[in-house]
Amino acid sequence: MRTRLITTLSASIPFAASAQSQFNLTQGVTEVSNRVYDLHMTIFYICCVIGLVVFGAMFWSIVRHRKSKGRKPSTFHENIQVEIVWTIVPFLILIGMAIPATSTLIAMEDVSESDVTVLVTGSQWKWHYKYFDSDVEYFSLLATRQDQINNKLEKGENYLLEVDRPLVIPTGQKVRFLITSDDVIHSWWVPAFAIKKDANPGFINETWTRVDEPGIYRGQCAELCGKDHGFMPVVVIAKEPAEFEKWLAEQEQQQREAKQREQELLSMEMSKDELMDLGEKIYLGNCAACHQANGQGVPGVFPSLKGTDMVMNDIQGHIDIVVNGKSGTAMQAFANQLSMSELAAVITYERNAWGNDTGDLIQAADINEFMNE
Amino acid sequence: MSYAAGEADHNDHHHHAPSGITRWLFTTNHKDIGSLYLWFSFTMFLVGGAMAMVIRAELFQPGLQLVDPHFFNQMTTVHGLIMVFGAVMPAFTGLANWMIPMMIGAPDMALPRMNNWSFWILPFAFAILLGSLFMEGGGPAFGWTFYAPLSTTYSSDSTALFVFSVHIMGISSIMGAINVIVTIMNMRAPDMTYMKMPLFVWSWFITAFLLIAVMPVLAGAVTMVLTDKYFGTSFFDAAGGGDPVMFQHIFWFFGHPEVYIMILPAFGIVSAIIPAFSRKPLFGYASMVYATGAIAGLSFLVWAHHMFTTGMPVAAELFFMYCTMLISVPTGVKVFNWVATMWRGALSFETPMLFALAFVILFTIGGFSGLMLAITPVDFQYHDTYFVVAHFHYVLVTGAIFSIMAAAYYWLPKWTGHMYNETLGRWHFWLSLISVNVLFFPMHFAGLAGMPRRIPDYSLQFADINQIVSIGGFAFGLTQLLFLYIVIKCVRGGEKAEAKPWDGAEGLEWTVPSPAPYHTFETPPEVK
Amino acid sequence: MTDTNSRPDNMRIVRRLLFTVAGMFAFGFALVPIYDVICDLTGFNGRTNNEQAAANVREVDTSRTVNVQFITRVNKGMPWDFEPEVTSVRVHPGETRVVNFLAHNLTRGDMVAQAIPSVAPGEAALYLNKTECFCFNQQPLKAGDDVAMPMQFYLDPDIPDHIHTLTLSYTLYDMTAHATPDVLALMQQPAD
Repeated sequence: MRTRLITTLSASIPFAASAQSQFNLTQGVTEVSNRVYDLHMTIFYICCVIGLVVFGAMFWSIVRHRKSKGRKPSTFHENIQVEIVWTIVPFLILIGMAIPATSTLIAMEDVSESDVTVLVTGSQWKWHYKYFDSDVEYFSLLATRQDQINNKLEKGENYLLEVDRPLVIPTGQKVRFLITSDDVIHSWWVPAFAIKKDANPGFINETWTRVDEPGIYRGQCAELCGKDHGFMPVVVIAKEPAEFEKWLAEQEQQQREAKQREQELLSMEMSKDELMDLGEKIYLGNCAACHQANGQGVPGVFPSLKGTDMVMNDIQGHIDIVVNGKSGTAMQAFANQLSMSELAAVITYERNAWGNDTGDLIQAADINEFMNE
Repeated sequence: MSYAAGEADHNDHHHHAPSGITRWLFTTNHKDIGSLYLWFSFTMFLVGGAMAMVIRAELFQPGLQLVDPHFFNQMTTVHGLIMVFGAVMPAFTGLANWMIPMMIGAPDMALPRMNNWSFWILPFAFAILLGSLFMEGGGPAFGWTFYAPLSTTYSSDSTALFVFSVHIMGISSIMGAINVIVTIMNMRAPDMTYMKMPLFVWSWFITAFLLIAVMPVLAGAVTMVLTDKYFGTSFFDAAGGGDPVMFQHIFWFFGHPEVYIMILPAFGIVSAIIPAFSRKPLFGYASMVYATGAIAGLSFLVWAHHMFTTGMPVAAELFFMYCTMLISVPTGVKVFNWVATMWRGALSFETPMLFALAFVILFTIGGFSGLMLAITPVDFQYHDTYFVVAHFHYVLVTGAIFSIMAAAYYWLPKWTGHMYNETLGRWHFWLSLISVNVLFFPMHFAGLAGMPRRIPDYSLQFADINQIVSIGGFAFGLTQLLFLYIVIKCVRGGEKAEAKPWDGAEGLEWTVPSPAPYHTFETPPEVK
Repeated sequence: MTDTNSRPDNMRIVRRLLFTVAGMFAFGFALVPIYDVICDLTGFNGRTNNEQAAANVREVDTSRTVNVQFITRVNKGMPWDFEPEVTSVRVHPGETRVVNFLAHNLTRGDMVAQAIPSVAPGEAALYLNKTECFCFNQQPLKAGDDVAMPMQFYLDPDIPDHIHTLTLSYTLYDMTAHATPDVLALMQQPAD
């Protein structure tokens, strides 16, 4: 195949050769991503050849046809044959490019049945993964610490490309992704799979991959989605199918246990220190992106929580907005994202941090009462 | 083609213009208004450039150093809006005002009072836009493409100001375009047939029609954003039966022709300068006109290539891919014609020619990356990365802006009556050429390696590239202050310019003295 | 062209151009219905027409089955539980099926919801016909209440062979502030 040949030739050029190049497209780990890479290099080399011819002629003129060399200018100003040739030839080159492009595009629309389906939901500013035909679902948040971003700590190897809970998929199987969004448009991008698909609120998009090699693959949100657009990475771990099944079963088990623990916690009282410690952790992970670590928000965009009427006086209103969110704003409903004890802790934290000092303690039972009232 | 001098008497006679600020406020003279547009454009270029410097300073190192992400987004957004609507478009309108009447042998623009209006509403539009940055919650932070629902439900309160300022910019552009069309249709010297018009006039004629066709669509799009945000409509909100993807269709139906609005006049400028310094007539005049028309026509059929990742049916993706690839045919014809114009000419390399030559090469590189972006399957990888940023900056900075610089050097002697300092001009060129490539070329690599656009912080593998890019950015920004110095120096004095300072130049504008008198061609020139 | 007197006067051109400007402004808005029509014709963006399909007689193609999956989502700030009774059904093209969707208003206030459908792959949207659906109308639900909402559909027997799986997603949006008058009237009625 011609494209293969060109790729092989390119191996002699150092920067084009390496798959994990710092300067070129990744070859990726799927059949599709390899075809995309070959297509990319083919078009690139065609452009280089055209560039050499055109710029060559131009520089020839610049060097040879100078006034300072005493050249007398010619006067020709048209030539129908030449003009027809340089209209037709590019057209033919384009057809040459369009053929592999079309076949690759059609290959991307593989309509065979998939083995695993994952619903990917973007929201400001995290990804949510839900396995179809399974109870397993979770949020995937940036794991890089704020101190690294603010240059107070040394940055780790996977700075900004690490999450707390990566998506796990099996190797060698067709995984279908249904992609949507809760708020604004996001775009789910994993370069190694050559997948980039927009997450449109209210609509689902579909794409798929079949990963050959186990490994960890990193990507990012590609569509501007507001303040922390740069801080919502995608991390995918591809595991052998047997390991994947084991992992999925473990997750199901864990989620069941967490629900049971939740029930037990309802009858327990947490101390203020426990609530504040847990609350601070939850706050920094889920709330600080908008309301800021100091609780003062961003004026005009994200409201302050410091000393405001709701936080100081209105416990029910406070629980309501955290649990149910506020329609038409960036404030999401956390009822399904956090456990009841976590909700209780974060609300307690907000009511007692930054000099709010209301002394209010909210327990998981209060949240439970509110939700089931 | 040769022209007989049409203007013997060039004293500043009758109805003398008032002096001081009122001269500029109430002027209906195409040359005054042209100057106003050009100075305004340069001011906006510096303002938008300052924002680019903020962006590059923040991106100099990984981590957040100078600005918070929300302000960073405002900078990228307003930088884009200012450069597109405040720097490039007014600069071309300024050149149109100055040159089109002189090129077609007309005494002024056809609608001089409207001309005054179309300029003077612009400063208000940009004052509103820049003022919104100081509002609580900040200015627009949703990218210059203002995709819904980020620009509707999730935007700050200043969005109404953004919409209002875009409306004013649109009205200004439409009035400018109407003026250009009427001037070209009705004010040509008696023997100036359409196919004798200089290519700059032709390209502006076609650009003006594009403006008339798409600026109202932009006005519609921002109006829908306004009503969605404030008046409860749901054009782009799925909850009310709308669709956020529809916003992108409407926006890019405007947006893609807009790209050609910013490059077609540049083609016209380069088609004037290359023959002048090759001392040889332009190769393939007629095919240049047809190619320009073809590009303009095709620009209405390719908008969805900006949206391949939104999830379109394969048939639609193929259609838009083929149409987009097709655009490279007329664009290629233009580049080949320029090269053929230089072929066996007698070239000299004054500053305007240097900028024009850099335009041809660097714009073509932008064209190549554009062709790569057109290929749908690989666009999935390039889309919304720095590869795209590199692509459109090659087209708009080393394309549109370099052509404006070339035009400024080419016609400065005509405008001011003085020659600019050639040594400084060449310094400006070479410093710009080197720094602009240090600035934008490595962005291709960053994008291919996976760096998304519009992010305030990046992972460590992009650190080296970004540092180089930022250094190029600061150097390019500083170099433009040299341009300001050269222009001011040229306005204030310098070697006297002859009526036709470039021996190879063609066109009616060179038949009037330098500086061009306040009124030119009050009796139409004879065109042979 | 040499005769300048034959040129139209300035104002005539200006009027024509202004007319074009007005026309293009209107065209910008006309793109909205045009887009809807194109979506309905091509299944662009996976939009299914939110209108009742005729329950006409048709042949059931028992030679193949299509897996129809259901996904339910509630929008941010919409504290309802919303689940399909079954997550997927296998149907023959032409066969009519009913699937119930269960909704539970978890809040202490009466609310009105609107379900917005979306289909993947977009192409399949053309062949999904709903003869009865809760998504045709706004759904009122009193505080704490739950309801089973039916959706009756069939797949057009012309559905292309390569479509094996069809995913139908419903997203619930809070429309309490934009409720239609008849839904409001329903809400006012006392609980039975």
